[in-house]
Amino acid sequence: MKKSILKFKRKPKICASYSVVGHMEADGPLGKQFDEYCLDDKFGKESWEKAESEMQRRALCGAIKKSGLIDTELDVLLAGDLLNQCIGSNYALSNFDTGFLGLYGACSTCSEGLLIGASLFSGGIIDTCATVTSSHYCASERQFRFPLEYGGQRTPTAQWTTTGAGAFILSDNGDVEICEGLVGKVIDKGISDINNMGAAMAPAAINTLKRYFLESEHSPEDFDLIITGDLGYEGSEILKELLLDEGIDIRKNHVDCGLMIFDRDRQDVHAGGSGCGCSAVVMSASIIPNLASGVLKNVLFLGTGALMSPMSLSQGGTIPSVAHLLHISHAGGK
Amino acid sequence: MNEKEYSKYVEGRAKKSPILKNCAFAFLIGGTICTLGQGFFHLYTFLGMDELDARTLVSVTLIFITTLLTGFGVFDNIARFAGAGTLVPITGFANAVASEAIDSKSEGFIPGVGAKIFTIAGPVILYGTFFGAIYGVIYYFITLIWG
Repeated sequence: MKKSILKFKRKPKICASYSVVGHMEADGPLGKQFDEYCLDDKFGKESWEKAESEMQRRALCGAIKKSGLIDTELDVLLAGDLLNQCIGSNYALSNFDTGFLGLYGACSTCSEGLLIGASLFSGGIIDTCATVTSSHYCASERQFRFPLEYGGQRTPTAQWTTTGAGAFILSDNGDVEICEGLVGKVIDKGISDINNMGAAMAPAAINTLKRYFLESEHSPEDFDLIITGDLGYEGSEILKELLLDEGIDIRKNHVDCGLMIFDRDRQDVHAGGSGCGCSAVVMSASIIPNLASGVLKNVLFLGTGALMSPMSLSQGGTIPSVAHLLHISHAGGK
Repeated sequence: MNEKEYSKYVEGRAKKSPILKNCAFAFLIGGTICTLGQGFFHLYTFLGMDELDARTLVSVTLIFITTLLTGFGVFDNIARFAGAGTLVPITGFANAVASEAIDSKSEGFIPGVGAKIFTIAGPVILYGTFFGAIYGVIYYFITLIWG
């Protein structure tokens, strides 16, 4: 059988991470753990799109500062967002004197960036890099759904795009290491409901996890947490239920960034958070620090992306999805 | 599980929107808007307007109030509960136009507001006019035949 797990021989360390969020995320359960938040959703800029760039810029500067490096030491920048032409990333990083690769994997972008960064590092091609990912509720709503002030009702399975940017620095220093990766396949199960992206993404996560457990020597119990990006309530339930049917039980250790970032009872977010900033800021603010301190030893992180194009949907298309996996461990004492 | 089976499974398990609650809110808030409109109608006729002018001014008043509330960022919060209650009366149409205009402001007045203001309301305007014209032609021939 073809081996698809990428086993990193030279394991990159996540030496620093930094998160910047909007006011709703700051008001959520992880509020105090984020490095920075802004009550003004425009982050002092004149448009939502520029605000998203500003978040990325602040996240990257924060992460670089935390890492103790200087920005010219970075070999490459890997960044992406949800906006057309990835303008959030392009504008944010235009002032950095480092090569830049723009990524689009919808909400899987955070894991995609880390996966590519880890591969380049493991191959000895680079020694350090930064990955940045962001999404902005207002900019996304405009591009993918309705104007912000449009009066409509959401269905219970709809999700709320996270306003946030997360940055990670990979180098050979630090207590968190990326051990393995698995590039997700594009899975299309025919879902076309823009208000049920969890259901569109769950099959991609199922496919990736099944392939990982089939090929690796690990089982779900080997991990403290199995973290999905933004399946939300609906997608998470589908994932757990259908994996159980396949004999893989992840009910005890599964968490979803979309469910962690907001309080669904208190905040009007329906099925939970989404957007590629969602997993980036939750990983950066909550998971990576716990891996660094040793509270968590071993986790699987799956960035889940719904590659939803309003134009394709208008033409009767569906929402293909992808989920990239990373096996991240505590590396202290090694 | 093939695509068809998966779609069926997903639809079967997804929590449905609370239709009864939504209908009740739509009825109450939509009814309140219509009552308000009727109130304005009485006010305008009381002030001496003829019926036709008063009816037009009622629509103008409701559009004005909706646009103002949309601009202040209040309308979508009401619509979240009201649903069809704010969508069906002329308020829904006014909000669809105003909200798009507010959002497109950052792209300027011509490529932004000018080009995008009717993105949501466009189909209503196009097909409203189109079928109105067809209705007019049919009406013309019917009156020609039946006198």
